[in-house]
Amino acid sequence: MANEKRLRIKTLIMVLAMVVCAVVGDLMLKRGMSAAGAVQFTPAGLTHALGLMLTSAMIWLGICFLLGFMATQMTVMSWADYSYVMPAGAFGYALQTFLAVVVLHETVSAKRWIGVLLICVGVTLVGQTKPRTTAAESSVPEKVAESC
Amino acid sequence: MLTVLLLIVLICGSTGGEIAITQGAKRTGEPKRLRPREVLTFLGRAVSNGWFWLGIPLMAASFFALLILFSWHPLSFVIPISALSYVVGALGAKYILKEEVNTARWVGVILVCAGVALVATG
Repeated sequence: MANEKRLRIKTLIMVLAMVVCAVVGDLMLKRGMSAAGAVQFTPAGLTHALGLMLTSAMIWLGICFLLGFMATQMTVMSWADYSYVMPAGAFGYALQTFLAVVVLHETVSAKRWIGVLLICVGVTLVGQTKPRTTAAESSVPEKVAESC
Repeated sequence: MLTVLLLIVLICGSTGGEIAITQGAKRTGEPKRLRPREVLTFLGRAVSNGWFWLGIPLMAASFFALLILFSWHPLSFVIPISALSYVVGALGAKYILKEEVNTARWVGVILVCAGVALVATG
């Protein structure tokens, strides 16, 4: 029972880290690309945009966060179910909406709030189920793995 | 017709890629502890797994299909349909990864799918 609780907490922390990395990474890429201006689909325009992207600290930081997202997702998938992590990751849409209201002071439509509510209820329902329903394939002895 | 084909590539590519990467991560075995060094060792072993390299091209194909669809259709058409990937992913988890997808999880997945479609079009 204690092991299941530990597994649940470990999974929730990693899913939260995954969602935060994805949302912050997307936000930074969006800001970096907006600062670079509209990309012109000509060889000269694309070269100019590539140069701006490669020298933008905001874009590099965004890429680092997205790599962090990939790393946390792969790590959590090593023990948790895909059908548990995948819908839980959709909480990022809700987080983006909250950030849009709180940080950017944007107006959010009723339709979008209903969507956020459905996502939160859906994620809560999935969160009630067992994070792992398949046998662990760890090469690590069970007692050692459980001690982390 | 081409739009339907690209939507299939978009949904099946993203879920297929994630399922392949999940399979690779599971076969690698979870890290002993969540310490940076051990997680990095795990990631190093995971990316040398064949399943990871099957997942990456599938996800890339899905990404390019998304870009093409965005140039042809409005966001309000593409994103709600792409939200179906949550349902397809749950089916893949059940039949390919042999996970136990119970009623609560199915209802949760369907609510998330509907929620994402609403958020994207709201």
